[in-house]
Amino acid sequence: MRYLPLTDGERMSMLADIGAAGIDDLFEDVPVAARFDGRFELTDHMGEMAVTEAFQGFAERNLSPARAPCFLGAGAYRHHVPASVDHLIQRGEFMTAYTPYQPEISQGTLQTLYEFQTQVALLTGMDVANASMYDGATACAEAVLMARRVTKRSGAILSGNLHPHYRDVALTTCRHLATVFDRADPAIPGPEAADNELADLAARIDDQTACVVVQNPDIFGRIRDLTDLAAACHASGALLVAVVTEVISLGALVSPGEMGADIVVAEGQSLGNGLSFGGPYLGLLATRSRFIRQMPGRLCGESHDVDGRRSYTLTLSAREQHIRREKATSNICTNSGLTALAFSIHLALLGEKGLRELALINHHRALTLAAKLDEIPGVEILTERYFNEFTVRLSQSAETVVDRLAENNILAGVPMSRLFPGNNDVEDLVLIAVTETVSERDIDRLATALGAQK
Amino acid sequence: MSAKFTENDEWITVDGEIGTVGVTSYAQDQLGDIVYVELPTVGKTYKAGDEIGVVESVKAAAEIFAPADGEVTEINAALEDKPGVINSDPAGDGWIYKIKLSNGPQVDGLMDDAAYKAFRPDA
Amino acid sequence: MNGSQFSHQGLQFEESLLFELDRPDSCGVDFDGHADLGLAEDSLGNLYRRAPIALPGLSEPEVVRHYTRLSQKNYSIDSGLYPLGSCTMKHNPRLNEKLARLEGLGDLHPLQPVATVQGVLALYDDIGRWLQEICGMPAVALSPAAGAHGELCGMMCIRAAIDEKEGEDSSRRRVLVPESAHGTNPSTATICGFTVDPIPADAGGRIDMMAFKDKLGDGSDVAGIMITNPNTCGLFETDIAKIAELIHASGGYVYCDGANLNAIMGRVRPGDLGIDCMHINLHKTFSTPHGGGGPGAGPVVLSAALAPYAPLPWVVKTGDDKFDLIEHEPGGPAKPFGRLKGFHGQTGMFIRALAYMMSHGRDGLRQASGDAVLNANYVLAKLKDVMSPAFPEYCKHEALFDDSFLAGTGVSTMDFAKAMIDEGFHPMTVYFPLVVHGAMLIEPTETESKFALDEFIGAMRVLVERARTGPAEKFHQAPRLAPRRRIDETEAARNLRLRWLPEEPTRDAAD
Repeated sequence: MRYLPLTDGERMSMLADIGAAGIDDLFEDVPVAARFDGRFELTDHMGEMAVTEAFQGFAERNLSPARAPCFLGAGAYRHHVPASVDHLIQRGEFMTAYTPYQPEISQGTLQTLYEFQTQVALLTGMDVANASMYDGATACAEAVLMARRVTKRSGAILSGNLHPHYRDVALTTCRHLATVFDRADPAIPGPEAADNELADLAARIDDQTACVVVQNPDIFGRIRDLTDLAAACHASGALLVAVVTEVISLGALVSPGEMGADIVVAEGQSLGNGLSFGGPYLGLLATRSRFIRQMPGRLCGESHDVDGRRSYTLTLSAREQHIRREKATSNICTNSGLTALAFSIHLALLGEKGLRELALINHHRALTLAAKLDEIPGVEILTERYFNEFTVRLSQSAETVVDRLAENNILAGVPMSRLFPGNNDVEDLVLIAVTETVSERDIDRLATALGAQK
Repeated sequence: MSAKFTENDEWITVDGEIGTVGVTSYAQDQLGDIVYVELPTVGKTYKAGDEIGVVESVKAAAEIFAPADGEVTEINAALEDKPGVINSDPAGDGWIYKIKLSNGPQVDGLMDDAAYKAFRPDA
Repeated sequence: MNGSQFSHQGLQFEESLLFELDRPDSCGVDFDGHADLGLAEDSLGNLYRRAPIALPGLSEPEVVRHYTRLSQKNYSIDSGLYPLGSCTMKHNPRLNEKLARLEGLGDLHPLQPVATVQGVLALYDDIGRWLQEICGMPAVALSPAAGAHGELCGMMCIRAAIDEKEGEDSSRRRVLVPESAHGTNPSTATICGFTVDPIPADAGGRIDMMAFKDKLGDGSDVAGIMITNPNTCGLFETDIAKIAELIHASGGYVYCDGANLNAIMGRVRPGDLGIDCMHINLHKTFSTPHGGGGPGAGPVVLSAALAPYAPLPWVVKTGDDKFDLIEHEPGGPAKPFGRLKGFHGQTGMFIRALAYMMSHGRDGLRQASGDAVLNANYVLAKLKDVMSPAFPEYCKHEALFDDSFLAGTGVSTMDFAKAMIDEGFHPMTVYFPLVVHGAMLIEPTETESKFALDEFIGAMRVLVERARTGPAEKFHQAPRLAPRRRIDETEAARNLRLRWLPEEPTRDAAD
């Protein structure tokens, strides 16, 4: 067995040193009734080639977005990841290291976390960020709990245009913590529909509101100015939690911090990380300096060693579960170290210039596709202002059309019925995302295929 | 008036109806370098035993509890910037808050100096 | 410029922060295609980001060198033994990495039509089947993103089952938690609205049965127990089946922290012990990388009693090799308590863990747990004459020592741990579990060779000898040879600097 170094001879000699006759002796404290001596209904060990063949078998039964124009988004985006990112995160010193609790021999991980925290703070327009969380949806739930701690209030208003997974994770995570949720209905954009959503949210705020949670761009792709909503929150002593599911948008859009958000949470997958069928991704959480003590998750801080050299170490750990136990700010024990590293390396490669250009290319391609689709009878673009994702109304069930196009190797978009089941108003809506990985030819193929739908 | 002590390693001195509260030298020694103090809110009333604040060190955190019913009248704001004062002068400049005692200067269930020394023989 | 007056020493590089390496016009990526700035300013209007973000610019060679140098400041399982207890730092096979990146697996969008992802749904079904079989349990919830998230999932299932009971029974809130439990246990119980009632350990390091029965009482207000098995003292909880029986008889449920599954895999099935739910750290037992702190994965196996409450989403087999993904409440007997994470689960970790399980097979998994326990007992046997084992018997996957062997030396557990760094080893887990004074917990895992163990044992014996003969001062100064010496954690916490900021001109200069 290639992962087990001990030979039978070594096992015997070690057992002799221990004074045991066999390995089974070492399990003498396990009551006989608790022992399992049967054989699992599973396969025996396999070599690398056989295992690889099995996984190629799984892969062949899927349609890879590398083989089909892909317009899927809704919180997970297909971007090009530079080759050096995946190489660097697979260096054993990063990939196979433990959590940096021993800072003297973990400066590599710690410095990258410090750089990551700085990058996230800059992108979101906030003062500080933590060392990452599981994903955007769990970060959003943690933001609600954090707002409760800061304001000592129990109400949370959720925009109806928040990603339904984020909404459901917040509801689930907080359900036994006496949080009073006020959930707005989705406000579907459209040329005739006035955009009152943010004003409606502001009108719901009262003196028990801890936070208003709003996504930008929202689940329909719409971008808005959150400044007035932030002011309304602050006037009532509530916090504005801004959610960003497409982090590349921050290269082109005014940051949530600039618009007055108090906590920004985001899904960081778009930078450095592949789609990987939904995980592992990474959650970002950033906030104002005055709320640092109420932040969940790991934090890396700067300090010095005894020789006066600049050094980094995990800090403020007294908030965490291993010390506070039942009084911890969160039960979270880990962050998303390696996906955060991938994010950070990708962003280091892009830099200011690269991120802005990448964001504009995304936006530009989306405009190009929208212009093409707009010419097709029976296809209506509903989202007026968007970044790289917009909602389209078809003249029939969006799910049917998307499934039919998938049979022709086009991944056309996300039918909104998948995110809002049972909502008749979204039956014929499809959410279409366009990134730099979509070519002019892909755009033409989608436009032609949609035009051919009856 | 000399200090009295709680089993939670806080000290209190009472002057008229105002009690001044801090943590003992033993407590600061057990915690190690104090890095943060969560102070109570001035004007807020607490019942005896209510959690009133938290003292945090690098590797530990200790809640501090109200020794008696009362209203917080003053906090030691200097601790916000210099929490280490609790380490260097726990019984003096390291005081944490002052409380106006609702039930008069007699506070029940506290130890005097000798009793506390017996309670914490390591101190 | 590296932010300090210190410079490189041999191959040990001082590396500046990215932000200090910034040259604004530099970029490490070239794009195919161009962007029209005028068009964007027009279409985005007042929402176009005009202010600088202030991200640093670097070319690709600079970025590669930056991260390569930083990586060299890390200890890692690739470079040496990680004796961390209850962390199961085993070898991370590179085959797993390759398979997680296969076209058609690593690049699938989570919201593709179900007909286009039948292969990955089959993979979900497969890893679920392996985990259920290994644990002897009828159901599994795959979506939790980490161990603590899995704990939350398990305890939420228990809460949902309690909430559904009739009358008084639905208000059961007390959860019994052994004192030796990991800190996430009480924290998780609190988030589920439970109150934690600690149970002490007996002198032998296991749950004190008398105290347990006492705390349980008639059990009418007890929601359940959170138990770690083998426990954090490295011992099998001998009475676990009896404990489960008593909890069940009183109407409660048994949650098991599966952090130490590596010790019993293939030899004991948690389902046979009466456990209702147990999370499995794929990054411990099933070799997915720790990654310097995540991402992990924490699937939860469930008993028949708790299976109906499993969170969304899950995969069902609808026909011969046909699968569907249930993302919304389906009605019928399933009563999911909600949703724990965006999309479906840590797919990339499922791929790695399944590749590991298939590589080992049922025969190899049993050998792996046997070797893990053998290695731990070998360390214990070879050190027990100079260090002080906390308990006299065989251990499971980890050997626990207390600090009595250091008595009178002036060397603390922490000093001893830091001195290991100079000998080329990552320190063991120290001061945990809390029930042992000055605890040192060593889990070598099965992927260490006898040669590596002998080297480790030799280094430990030298350190013990050095502690005995003194001076203790040498220990206080350790580590001396690491990339950094002791770091001032008090300064870090008192004077919080959590991000880089450009240097501001000093007041004097401005005046």
